[in-house]
Amino acid sequence: MLEVNGLNARYGRAHILNGVALSVGENEVVALLGRNGAGKSTTMKSVMGLVRQTEGSIRYEGQEIRGKASHTICRAGIGYVPEERRIFGELTVEENLEVGRREARPGAPEWTLDHLFKLFPNLEERRRNLGKQLSGGEQQMLTIARTLMGNPKLVLLDEPSEGIAPVIVEQMAKVIEELKAEGLSVLLSEQNLHFARLVSDRAYIIEKGEMRWNGTFAELDAQPAVSQSYLAV
Amino acid sequence: MSAVLEVQGLSKSFGGVQAVDDVSFTVEPGEFLALIGPNGAGKTTCFNMLNGYLRPDAGSVKLRGQELIGTPPRKIWRMGVGRTFQITETFLSMTVRENVQMALISHHRRIYDIFSRATRLYVDEANALLDLVSMRDQSARPCSELAYGDLKRLELAIALAHRPALLLMDEPTAGMAPSERIALMALTAGIVEREGVSVVFTEHDMDVVFAHAHRILVLNRGMLIAEGSGAEIRANPTVQEVYLGGGTVFQKEADHA
Amino acid sequence: MGFYLAQLLTGLANASSLFLIASGLSIIFGVTRIVNFAHGSFYMVGAYMSYTLVTLWSGSILGYWGGVILAAAAVGLIGLVIEMTILRRIYRAPELFQLVATFGVVLIFQDLTQAVWGAEDLLGPRAPGLDSAVRIFGEPIPEYDLALIAIGPAVLLAIWLVFHRTRWGVLVRAATQDREMVGALGVNQAWLFSAAFVLGAFLAGLGGALQIPREAVSLQMDLSIIGEAFVVVVIGGMGSVTGAFVAAVLISVLNAFAILIFPQVSIVLPFVVMAVVLIVRPYGLFGKPGSEHGAPVEPEQPLTLMGQKGLMVMIAAVFVLALSPLAVADFTTILLVDVMVATLFAVSLHFMMGVGGMVSFGHAAYFGVGAYAAAMGVKYFGLGMVPSMALAPFCAAAAALFFGWFCVRLSGVYLAMLTLAAAQILWGVTFQWQDFTGGDDGILGVWPAQWASSDRVYFYIAFVLCIGGIWLLRRAAHSPFGYTLRGVRDSRTRAEAIGVDTRFHQWMGFTLAGTLAGLAGVVFAFSKGSVFPDTLGIALSIDGLIMVLLGGIHALAGPIYGAVAFVMIEDWVTRLDYWRFIFGAIILVVVLLAPDGIAGGVHRLVRMIRGGKA
Repeated sequence: MLEVNGLNARYGRAHILNGVALSVGENEVVALLGRNGAGKSTTMKSVMGLVRQTEGSIRYEGQEIRGKASHTICRAGIGYVPEERRIFGELTVEENLEVGRREARPGAPEWTLDHLFKLFPNLEERRRNLGKQLSGGEQQMLTIARTLMGNPKLVLLDEPSEGIAPVIVEQMAKVIEELKAEGLSVLLSEQNLHFARLVSDRAYIIEKGEMRWNGTFAELDAQPAVSQSYLAV
Repeated sequence: MSAVLEVQGLSKSFGGVQAVDDVSFTVEPGEFLALIGPNGAGKTTCFNMLNGYLRPDAGSVKLRGQELIGTPPRKIWRMGVGRTFQITETFLSMTVRENVQMALISHHRRIYDIFSRATRLYVDEANALLDLVSMRDQSARPCSELAYGDLKRLELAIALAHRPALLLMDEPTAGMAPSERIALMALTAGIVEREGVSVVFTEHDMDVVFAHAHRILVLNRGMLIAEGSGAEIRANPTVQEVYLGGGTVFQKEADHA
Repeated sequence: MGFYLAQLLTGLANASSLFLIASGLSIIFGVTRIVNFAHGSFYMVGAYMSYTLVTLWSGSILGYWGGVILAAAAVGLIGLVIEMTILRRIYRAPELFQLVATFGVVLIFQDLTQAVWGAEDLLGPRAPGLDSAVRIFGEPIPEYDLALIAIGPAVLLAIWLVFHRTRWGVLVRAATQDREMVGALGVNQAWLFSAAFVLGAFLAGLGGALQIPREAVSLQMDLSIIGEAFVVVVIGGMGSVTGAFVAAVLISVLNAFAILIFPQVSIVLPFVVMAVVLIVRPYGLFGKPGSEHGAPVEPEQPLTLMGQKGLMVMIAAVFVLALSPLAVADFTTILLVDVMVATLFAVSLHFMMGVGGMVSFGHAAYFGVGAYAAAMGVKYFGLGMVPSMALAPFCAAAAALFFGWFCVRLSGVYLAMLTLAAAQILWGVTFQWQDFTGGDDGILGVWPAQWASSDRVYFYIAFVLCIGGIWLLRRAAHSPFGYTLRGVRDSRTRAEAIGVDTRFHQWMGFTLAGTLAGLAGVVFAFSKGSVFPDTLGIALSIDGLIMVLLGGIHALAGPIYGAVAFVMIEDWVTRLDYWRFIFGAIILVVVLLAPDGIAGGVHRLVRMIRGGKA
């Protein structure tokens, strides 16, 4: 579904990614693990067309999408949930969702407001509230809901558990399971290994802009040296 | 020895919502105190009242017996309170060392000096502080090029420049990898012990909290609902319900032993 | 009673015109974060277009209003072309670039308009069916004014409906907050921006077209309206259309009554109101925190002290400059004094903007106060040249101290606008207080003392003062004071957290920059022998911005290169026909092709040479 090969990315003079390769299969949840600054967010942003200087290949459903504008990439069926949430604080919850709304897409689950409100009951109560009036956890839910309104086939989730309370993180895990049950593919970046283990099928470990390891969590547990050297937990 | 910080009946409401409701606690010298709670529980509001960015509706905050309420943040800093931020705040257009030098220049009250070369002042002191956080080898790099974890360590060096009695750290490990989190807090704990600084910090990473905090305060809806050691807090059913959840997303107690 | 009502209605009619142009400006800023100086040009071109069309079809009501709408639509189309060819390339540039680029567009339009319609003022026909007056409480009220009073709120309602009831409007409001995120959600930003720009240009064109029956169409319409339109947008809150409406009504109605008491007030009133509003509400009436900044900028590189080689090159350059009067003709010596004055002015502006992070659209104010204080010192108070020279910078300092106190309470575009307001207030006072300042006639005969009257001697006086001033500012930039100022710019929170009184520090930085701009003004006054109100004018403030930009804002040496290049180019270009067009084109070329200015170019060249050797 998503096939990244030899991806380089730069910001100005700083070289952030160096030959990154990864793939996400149909209806698979894949975790991208690594320290902060290792290149997880940059990988996500590069896929989404938000990094201007990139080289290499990013193929989505067989089509090369590297170098395309981010709205084109979104329209092709990739949804992006940024790390900093970036909800529209001056718009209501409903209007936030409206911004994300796109046509239904063949082969992808179609999300309606009602369907979303079932998944995120808090948002229904607050549909007329402004985005900035929501709590951190509610904002995190809204940013995911907003992306689902675009009926994506693949969702990029950048650090969904960052900065929110453990109870909400548990809710988040349920949401991701739900997305998988709906048939979506998910690529998520994480630092919370406990959480990543709960929700993902496979993991990649990225370090200083390079892929160092990939495999299942069972394999990861069998090689304590790997997690020791790259994640040190 | 008497408490470094005494907080009494601290309250604040925003537009009718009670953000912080009658919170009281003390911090002893050399103590590592964690403030935890769900999002919107009032941790940040509480913090901002301690360091002078917000004025409480009621209550008192005393640093070594001196009242802090009504004192602007910069004066609170001069009285011996250092701080780090949830999202790092550094001078991006300066080098790593210059960032520390700025804190020293201000500490020595020379910010209105218009003729000296700033970059040549207090070099040795700045280097010593950078050694403390193992950042000496990066001292000449532009701050804008640093990795996030290094920025956090730099902030720690800046916060220690004026030899504070109390360090306020707002989510010190937010946005860091697990290994870095542990390393940063171990570093902080070491410094705390050697320099006799007290620390109050907020945190969402329970692994960090349970590994380092001497004592934990739990806030919910503006009120202090629990206080105690790591084991006591884990066992507290109210805290489990409003905050910790089923314990699937942080380590079991045995792992910390 | 009737008289006051008539006054009120006139005010409301003015408010509608002002609202149309200001709402477009506000929409454009909200979505694209561009402070569009060319908005006044859209207004002017709208008026000219409509003049032509309406004169052609003035027979029928349909023809008249068709002409007005068509003119506005044509301006919208012009807006589209400008957005696609120029602005689209600079959305990521700092706000200063955008301001200067749009000012380049202003210059180009001034010459184009003059080439098409001529320099004479044109008087258009009245609107058929609305060409008489009705009597209300015995006072004649033009019917056309009543129509305008209705048009303003109707347009406001239409814009509100579009923004809140259509998907496009929701997208525009979302883009106002986070453009990149809107793109990542599948919205083509480029078209969203173009559409917002076209809407803004259309509204400005409509504002101009509707002015035909009320005033003669002239080439001064662009700059005469833009100041007031900025004020309205700022009072209302950048990006808020409702705010623009309320502010337009507030300003126009206040003005309608204030001129009854004090007829000269209309030049300064809007700016005074803006200053008062911003002190009470730093983001305007309806503005939101965060609305004050343009596009985010990349962090600057750290400052480095000058190396041995650089120092030697600089000493050599200063030495050559010092010896030049012995070798060159007198007119070149005079030009060199101009260059030094401009350089000190640009360096002081850069100290405030580049080092201090406080963008000033009105730096000429302190230059002008210095010049006027020196002129008045010798002419009215009979002080000699030297005492006047010594005292005048303190007057500039006092002015900077006064206005700076207000300005440092704000940030970003709001701060810039308040500096503009300060300059306009001073300009208005100077212009109208004939008895004290000589008004439009200026103060003549401000000559140096006898011993200093030769071009060569005055050159050395200017040399000592200007080079001394530049040296002082450079030294200050490297000092703890300058570093702290940069620190406040980088992170106010961090600066506050290491014990810096950030506002006070910025205030002092503002004052230092103002004082040295005043010193430049002093040298200027005695070199020209006269001062006029335009030494405090918008045009000079913008010249300063262009110099800083041309040189490159990220380098301390930037303003020096920029000022030298500017004075040279100006000296050459102003001798040509259509010099505004040429100058505007030069500005656009620099902004589009060399956004890091001359200093950036020199830096690249040095790196290339060094790289070649290695």
